[in-house]
Amino acid sequence: MDISIRQLGVRYGDVNALRGVDLEIPSGELLALLGPSGSGKTTLLRAIAGLEPVDSGQIVFGKQDATRLSVQERRVGFVFQHYALFKHMSVLDNVTFGLRMRGRDTRPPNDEIGRRGRELLELVQLGGLEDRYPNQLSGGQRQRVALARALAIEPSVLLLDEPFGALDAKVRRELRVWLRQLHDDTGYTTIFVTHDESEATELADRVVTLDAGKINTQAQPAALA
Amino acid sequence: MSSRRALSEPRAIRWLLIAITLAFLIVFLLLPLLIVFTQALSHGLGTFLRSFGDADTLAAIKLTLITAAIAVPLNSIFGIAAAWAIAKFDFRGKNLLITLIDLPFSVSPVIAGMVFVLLFGRQGWLGPWMAAHDIKIIFALPGIVLATVFVTFPFVARELIPLMQAQGTEEEQAALTLGASGFRTFWHITLPNIRWGLLYGVLLCNARAMGEFGAVSVVSGHIRGLTNTMPLQVELLYNDPGAYSAAFAVASLLALLGFVTLALKNFLEWRHGDELAALRGRT
Repeated sequence: MDISIRQLGVRYGDVNALRGVDLEIPSGELLALLGPSGSGKTTLLRAIAGLEPVDSGQIVFGKQDATRLSVQERRVGFVFQHYALFKHMSVLDNVTFGLRMRGRDTRPPNDEIGRRGRELLELVQLGGLEDRYPNQLSGGQRQRVALARALAIEPSVLLLDEPFGALDAKVRRELRVWLRQLHDDTGYTTIFVTHDESEATELADRVVTLDAGKINTQAQPAALA
Repeated sequence: MSSRRALSEPRAIRWLLIAITLAFLIVFLLLPLLIVFTQALSHGLGTFLRSFGDADTLAAIKLTLITAAIAVPLNSIFGIAAAWAIAKFDFRGKNLLITLIDLPFSVSPVIAGMVFVLLFGRQGWLGPWMAAHDIKIIFALPGIVLATVFVTFPFVARELIPLMQAQGTEEEQAALTLGASGFRTFWHITLPNIRWGLLYGVLLCNARAMGEFGAVSVVSGHIRGLTNTMPLQVELLYNDPGAYSAAFAVASLLALLGFVTLALKNFLEWRHGDELAALRGRT
């Protein structure tokens, strides 16, 4: 789905976290938001998800103005920096949570939910770990559970906050390659936040640099084909 | 030689500390409890059991159970709401609210009771209006429940605030992005994450609700068989020379309730130890 961000402004008290951000993200693009901490990149990601109240401007999903839509209505797949897996649920229950929370009219039958959960776990290469609990997984495995959970709701857009921030260098590199592959296979519009320039340029179709709440047009690294 | 001294000294201190702790526990906790039970049984098991056949004593037990059955659920709901507000939102006056929650800990229970008498008593602010509408709070069940709720208010909230603060809101946010409503997020995510802390708070709250003396004493009016709770009944029997062992019988039942509370807590920690560890994020 195309995402349009128009003159977006977010304030925290006296601080302008975002100051008139304009951004067009065509459907299927893998976009990196690059910037130092405090540049507003995570705020922008959270604003797109509906987790951060917006003070001015517009967020458009496809043809629909999503600015005033609730988090639930936006149906974004959000992968949190520390994964935010549900500690008291098995891996499978984590992944199927979004499906199980659907209203009675749109919720698939239980065996269908279980089947889709297992499919997604196969997709993120965690088949066989359905009954584990998050605290029994490695960092890289948790990351992939979080991703499978976000994909389960067939999101309008996939948003990842510092997806590799908490992982060691080796796992980081493997996951990067794998995530790129996954994106090409599934075709979801994907936005991820990072402060690592090489990670951004290596992984993304396009890199947007944020600085002090604005898009820094001077600092754009060359786009990758 | 010197290295042995360095090793042996801390050991001596360790034993001393353990000995002091044990001595305190025995003198101030175990011995009094032991006396309660020996006094209760000093005239034989028959007399002990007969103490509970008394209609007034039975009424006191019933009143205590009713009071706890109302006060504990109320304070559980208040406690969850207060802890939720404090742990998950930022707002002006948050510190004031935390201080207010602690108020029942710092105010003497007798004063708590007096406040309700001043408010709802016959000479109180709302007294005439309530008399005109035939509402009785003081010297009746509502007053006893109010006083108990006041005194036991902090237990659940105090238990949950640090727990919820430590857990943050990321899991809740994740649930919202996955389409769960606010209530279902609470039910499926927040509540399971706090359940053991909540249960612990509820147990402590219950123990105190059943044992409260001061505040209840002020508002109850000590009407035999009507507004006497178990602690008040213990005092009443204790002051009656003929019912000395009955006083200890009722007291032993109260003490037993405390033991059950502790045993239940330990059982839950043992039975659900793995899950508790998982909730704390350990492997």
